[in-house]
Amino acid sequence: MTEDKEWRIALAGNPNTGKSTLFNALTGLRQHTGNWPGKTVVHAEGSFTYNDKTYKIIDLPGTYSLLSNSADEEVARDFIIFEKPDVTIVVLDATALERNLNLALQVLEMTDQVIVCINLIDEARKKGIEINKSLLSKKLGVPVLTISARNGEGIDELLKTIDLMVNGKIKTNPLKLQYGPDIEEKIAKLIPLVTKLFGTEYPARWVALRLLDGDHSLLDALKRDYHSSVRRMTANGYSCSC
Amino acid sequence: MDTHAAVNREKSFQELVKYAESLSNTQTRDRIVSHIFQTTKKICNDVVSYNQKEKPNPTEKLDRIFTSKIWGFPIMLAMLAVVIYITIAGANIPSSMLANFFGWLEGYLTLAFKAINAPDWLYGILVLGLYRGTAWVVSVMLPPMAIFFPIFSLLENYGYLPRVAFNMDRLFKKAGAHGKQSLTMAMGFGCNAAAIMSTRIIESPRERMIAILTNNFVPCNGRWPTLILLSSLFMAASFTDELSTMVTAAVVVGMVLFGIVVTLSVSWILSKTALKGIPTHYTLELPPYRNPKIWNTIVRATLDKSFYVLKRAVTVAAPAGVLTWILANTYIGDTSILLTIVHFLDPFAKSLGLDGFILMAFILGLPANEIVLPILLMGYLSTGALTEIEDMSTLKQIFIDHGWTWLTALNTMLFSLLHYPCGTTLINIYKETKSKKWTFAAFAIPTVLAITITFVINQIVRLLGLI
Repeated sequence: MTEDKEWRIALAGNPNTGKSTLFNALTGLRQHTGNWPGKTVVHAEGSFTYNDKTYKIIDLPGTYSLLSNSADEEVARDFIIFEKPDVTIVVLDATALERNLNLALQVLEMTDQVIVCINLIDEARKKGIEINKSLLSKKLGVPVLTISARNGEGIDELLKTIDLMVNGKIKTNPLKLQYGPDIEEKIAKLIPLVTKLFGTEYPARWVALRLLDGDHSLLDALKRDYHSSVRRMTANGYSCSC
Repeated sequence: MDTHAAVNREKSFQELVKYAESLSNTQTRDRIVSHIFQTTKKICNDVVSYNQKEKPNPTEKLDRIFTSKIWGFPIMLAMLAVVIYITIAGANIPSSMLANFFGWLEGYLTLAFKAINAPDWLYGILVLGLYRGTAWVVSVMLPPMAIFFPIFSLLENYGYLPRVAFNMDRLFKKAGAHGKQSLTMAMGFGCNAAAIMSTRIIESPRERMIAILTNNFVPCNGRWPTLILLSSLFMAASFTDELSTMVTAAVVVGMVLFGIVVTLSVSWILSKTALKGIPTHYTLELPPYRNPKIWNTIVRATLDKSFYVLKRAVTVAAPAGVLTWILANTYIGDTSILLTIVHFLDPFAKSLGLDGFILMAFILGLPANEIVLPILLMGYLSTGALTEIEDMSTLKQIFIDHGWTWLTALNTMLFSLLHYPCGTTLINIYKETKSKKWTFAAFAIPTVLAITITFVINQIVRLLGLI
């Protein structure tokens, strides 16, 4: 019997790492894919079932960072922060791991329900690139898989990992970047204030960092979301205790 | 009470922002970002190893050719010309075969209608309006699309399009626009509506607006068939068979180049007037060349793109066929409604080197560019000259019977290339800009340009007595 709950999975990653190909492989849909950065600018949605669970999967626009430099980065960031997917899959290009990991680290600061998927592993092998995934997994504190979405390699393992993660069978311990004593001190000052204001609604450390780097688009978005959540609460008859 | 609480929260939020601002300084953001980069570098040093001596990367070698200052543009032009040549050369035969097939089928349909004693009006609507219109659309549009889209997709999946963007980048910078506009322009060759969304990759609002306003000047899926068909029927008529395909291809390539020139010129004018500013810097990533899954790509391109465009054309063309037939056969006084409209538009259209039918087709074609040609054909077919579908030369005869010359074809192509974006694109522009003013500008700029350019060409040609 299929459970009623629909689990939500977000696909994040740099442009042109094969997110849309993975999306198609998982959903059987035919989202347009192409070898060029910026193919997907609006997130596409699809769904699939695995092990009696229904999943909704959201293909976010490919971005190099989530530090809101452009509209598509904001779309991706807002989804992870405000829509709170049950699992976020970060798709990385095995042949350009260093550049791709930047985004993964940023996602790890935002949520701990992360699976890192190293795609295009077939191409990396051809180029003689070897990736020690268990070591990487240890360093990042989340599951790391190598796949080749266009050949269907590693998809089964990915599905199993997703299943385990939503069942709470995987304990993650995402890497928390340490920014050096003086920035850390400022973060420490801000975190209690952030928690006081938002509770556990958003990752406090991450919000503190964005406050420090003066990310205005996020601050506006927080304000908007916050107001609507207050309205939601009032509408549901909860009283606000602040 | 709730509002009170909300006001309080709002206040403390502002205070928090202020407090954070006092803590940070200009370097904080840079330091946070550079720290992320250092960490990834460290991690990668530990987990990634290269077990072969790195061979010279073929991507780099190829890029030295494809994006070279000398060879970049000639190669691009050659690629475009070859793709269009193959499309035109390959489409001729299947197009005629389809036309023959539909003509043969029509004979039987007519017999069937006679056998059941169907009334004339029913036969008129269903066979002469709906069937004939649709049959023409399918035979004229399907073969070129079934060749063009798969080739285009193969190039796209191979990774050539970003190189096009890279080459074009310099030109866009010079026009005061964002280099990434070359990418969104390349998307426009597929679909302008989708390309409008893709302008989100441009960070600066000013440059993004330029990209939105000028995207329409490259032909999309819906306009390729019009360009290819008209150019093959009229532009190369006086040449021998083999040469004529070349000439046809050259004319279409010329159209594309002209569209790019207009894109750059309008971008330049906008960046000097309504949207002043200096282009921002950015990095354009060139993805590695990847061998596409050839069979997969061909199947997908055919199914997704060709049939998608065809479906759109047919679903709108079929009712349009019925509508045009009704308009052409409903009389007010002794003129049909269709002809009344056409006559009304005719004087203005004639001054642009077009005719009332063509202008009507463009106006009714606002929802989708795919249906301009079908509406035009049905308009012509409905005015007495009941041409049975025999082969492609009958198609040309239909146009010639209505006074077409090479100038009509040229100006129709130009109007198609330059005129207002389709309805879907306009809706997307409104969604993306949230501004009625800019959406109107996106409609008005191309329209004024299309009218001006076709008007000028028409006057010059007539003045010089070239026709």
